Amino acid sequence: MAWLISFFETALFIALAPLFCGWVKWVKCLLQNRRPPSVLQPYRDLIKLFRKRPVIAAEASWVFEAAPYVVFVTAVFAAGIVPFAAHHLPTAKVADLIVLVGFFALGRFFLTLAGMDLGTAFGGMGSSREMMIASLAEPAMLMAVFTLAISASTTNLSEAIHWVLETGLVLRPSFVFALGGLTLVAIAETGRIPVDNPATHLELTMVHEAMILEYSGKYLALLEWGSQIKLMLYGVLISNIFLPWGIAEDFEISHLGFGLAAIVAKLAVLGIALPTGETLVAKMRVFRYQEFLGFAYLLSLLGMLSHVILEVN
Amino acid sequence: MIVLCYFGLIAALLSGAVSLVLIAPEWSQRGLARLSGHIRLQSWSLQLTRTDPKRFHRAVDYGAFGLLGLSGAAVIASGLGALLADNAMFDQLPLGLPWLRWHIRLDALSGFFLMVIGVATLAVSLYGPGYVRSFRHGGYSLAALGFCTAWFIAGMELVVISDDAFMFMVAWELMSVASYFLVAFQHEHAANRRASFLYLLMAVVGAIHLILAFGVVAAFANGFTFDALRATHLSPLWASIAFGLALIGFGMKAGLVPLHAWLPEAHPVAPSHISALMSGVMLKVAVYGFIRFVFDILGDGHWEWGVCTLVLGTASAALGAMYAFQQNNIKRLLAYSSIENIGIVFMGLGLSMIFFAQGHRELGVIGLIAALYHVVNHAVFKTLLFLQAGTVLHQTHEGNLEQLGGLVKRLPRTSIIVLVGCVAISGLPPLNGFVSEWLTFQTALQVSALDSGILRSVIPVAAALMALTGAVTAAAFVKVYGVGFLGQPRSRHAAHARETRHLGMMAGPAFLAALCVLLGVFPGVVIAALGHVSDELLGETLASAYANGWLWLTPVSQNVASYSAPIVFLACVAAASIGYRLLTSPKAVPAVRVPRWDCGFGGLSARMQYTSSAFSQPLRRVFHPLFELREQTVTTPRGHLLGTPARLDFRLEIQDRSWRHLYEPLVRWIEAAARQIGRIQTGNIRTYIAYSFFTLLALLAVVS
Repeated sequence: MAWLISFFETALFIALAPLFCGWVKWVKCLLQNRRPPSVLQPYRDLIKLFRKRPVIAAEASWVFEAAPYVVFVTAVFAAGIVPFAAHHLPTAKVADLIVLVGFFALGRFFLTLAGMDLGTAFGGMGSSREMMIASLAEPAMLMAVFTLAISASTTNLSEAIHWVLETGLVLRPSFVFALGGLTLVAIAETGRIPVDNPATHLELTMVHEAMILEYSGKYLALLEWGSQIKLMLYGVLISNIFLPWGIAEDFEISHLGFGLAAIVAKLAVLGIALPTGETLVAKMRVFRYQEFLGFAYLLSLLGMLSHVILEVN
Repeated sequence: MIVLCYFGLIAALLSGAVSLVLIAPEWSQRGLARLSGHIRLQSWSLQLTRTDPKRFHRAVDYGAFGLLGLSGAAVIASGLGALLADNAMFDQLPLGLPWLRWHIRLDALSGFFLMVIGVATLAVSLYGPGYVRSFRHGGYSLAALGFCTAWFIAGMELVVISDDAFMFMVAWELMSVASYFLVAFQHEHAANRRASFLYLLMAVVGAIHLILAFGVVAAFANGFTFDALRATHLSPLWASIAFGLALIGFGMKAGLVPLHAWLPEAHPVAPSHISALMSGVMLKVAVYGFIRFVFDILGDGHWEWGVCTLVLGTASAALGAMYAFQQNNIKRLLAYSSIENIGIVFMGLGLSMIFFAQGHRELGVIGLIAALYHVVNHAVFKTLLFLQAGTVLHQTHEGNLEQLGGLVKRLPRTSIIVLVGCVAISGLPPLNGFVSEWLTFQTALQVSALDSGILRSVIPVAAALMALTGAVTAAAFVKVYGVGFLGQPRSRHAAHARETRHLGMMAGPAFLAALCVLLGVFPGVVIAALGHVSDELLGETLASAYANGWLWLTPVSQNVASYSAPIVFLACVAAASIGYRLLTSPKAVPAVRVPRWDCGFGGLSARMQYTSSAFSQPLRRVFHPLFELREQTVTTPRGHLLGTPARLDFRLEIQDRSWRHLYEPLVRWIEAAARQIGRIQTGNIRTYIAYSFFTLLALLAVVS
């Protein structure tokens, strides 16, 4: 039963990811005085891409064709681990927060390889920059995760959420700092402004887009869907770790429904905050990333130190 | 078990003897034929005289490497037996000093390291015959190569089974000297001679520290056997001095920053199968020595020792990864990555010592097991990668990434094995590198058990630096694979490369790749076996890790952290097969093959790809204070004012900071000191007689 619910939940997660992306785009368009496309537009794009005949460069090797599958599958695995509407799911035991970071790293490993497979200058540039961002973001992310893990003395996501629920609404300085750090990392890792611009195709500023430039058809659809799942994953992770209230603690239908409504409401709010932030700031130069991510690391470190100094005992 | 181990040793030594035949092949071929004639093996003798020299050579190669493989297999078997046995086994050999025979002890710890040595030796013996063939055309002495390889392996096997300080040092030096000759094998290049001299020098300095470390303990003990050393109780001061000496001595061999200077010079210049043994196994023998000395002989440690080890380990891990990412030579990159992995091992050991000294025995065990797990993982994937770097060298004659590219199409099977190694070493699930890094993270996350606020804030920072290490390592191996194997060939050599036809050169690395997967998918089994080692050293096992069945890995308890490698692996396999189905299903629209798009610019050539140094440029710029950089751009103008330059040259040199800030001042200081001491050498016989006279007077004054 529990396994069934967790599979169902993962399927729901994957199905809702394009909707979240559409919502973010919709809000962003309104904020920028443009006429928004329908919230369902990402679904239409995906369907269109899946139907199209894919075009592959003659020089491509098997790595190029395999990479979209790896990226998509790691995103789905990660979605399976993160508690969505209910926690205490068996899938959370299979892999913990560190494995989650490992899945992201695995997907990125293959995506960057795919960027270098054809030997185009843009692909190599995207891969190189992506690896720089990852190298700087990963310590900051794990530092934030460690703050949480040491406070809750677990790296299991379900258990951590349980701990936060049980201790109630307490203002912990460490959590505020960790939230700040994790938010900055999430912005960098999902390729949003000010680190990367998902809407750009200007050659010299692309990072994520540069790697997937040569993809088309179903391969592109898988990559797009994977990155939509990743965006929503960070949203769910942030809202469920730091504000888990409303999440279903058992598998009663009414509780599950309430949990689903709660997470949808939280994501809707996040989906307004993200484009607002993107509208307010400008994109950074490439070599300002280190300051941005260094700041994220500093915030997470402050969170850890304030936990050690202020909160123990 | 001990008999099997002796058998392995003898097989290794015999392999060296067989190689010696190649000193004078024709003479020994005739001699052998005559000998077999004498002992009435007429048919064999006839056959021997008829075989042509080429086949005789090959037979000797196969014989030597076959014996090495036999040695590896025997050592694996005896190591496995010792690891799972309840009691240690003892023996004495009638060698050594008159009053001190060689003591031999085979316990769980030595058994484990014997297995590590055996696995690498087995893979190398499969790989070797095909690889060394290329040296024959270069006019190198294969007799020297085979002889030194055999003694090198025998030396390592002897180190881990020795049970007294005397035999330990003899075996240790045997290992060092044999490997020196192997590093100096291609001695016609000045760079190789310099590297091997540096290696020998630092090996000697390290050995002096080890002798002093054993000496400090032996001064308080009555005897040189490890049992006698173990029984002594040192005062904290002397124990700390012994620990410091051992950390320097073993750290120098293991390549801990800042004692690593020899490693990136020596490992790349040796033949590739020797580099594999040196990186994969010899560094592990140093780790063995450290564990034996600190955990076993010194016994109860202080948490300050743990902090020293943790700090050095973290520095090695982070700097090793950073430097590895900046290298353009495959083997040099792999050598720096060994420093990084040794750093992770020492981080685990340091954490274990801290927890153990603070009285959290069960947490200390997790750290030790994480370190041991990483030892075997690194031995497997680093041996694999060095062997495959050898294949690339063998097939393309290029070790520089800037000249490679496009090998995934030219060496399809090799490139799959390399990909497994790259994913494993980058610490990505579901392969083995991830499990040991995960365990190290889990150990670090148990800091809330400690009372000291300093420790509680230092350890998470170390763990975050390890996260940086992991990400940079992944970047380095994306570079290796992306630049070396993907893309378009950057040189004629790479374009004309073809898959090796020698079966063994494929089988050795493939065996290691299979081990990478197995060690990643069944961590419970490995940890259960490693429990014997921790039980022997610390008196605790990690039974909680697999308490919930073999599917689950739960180092502390199920509520704290759990990871199920088999389920993750199964999910991966399921996803891969579904993906493959979709990819090849007849209903799917087949893809169209067209030239590359590249935003429609067109006219792409192989020189327009991202190069190796371009790939690592962003991080080089972000972390520039860590490197000694010399960048030079030369523009040759076309002659007229407008227009692009006729030629652009870019040169980049990256050096270790430790050279300028540690080694060069040290060398200057030693030279200055030597000059001062040199003053007493006047060259005048009367002064020397005066020296003797006053020395005699002083001695008489002391005696009377």
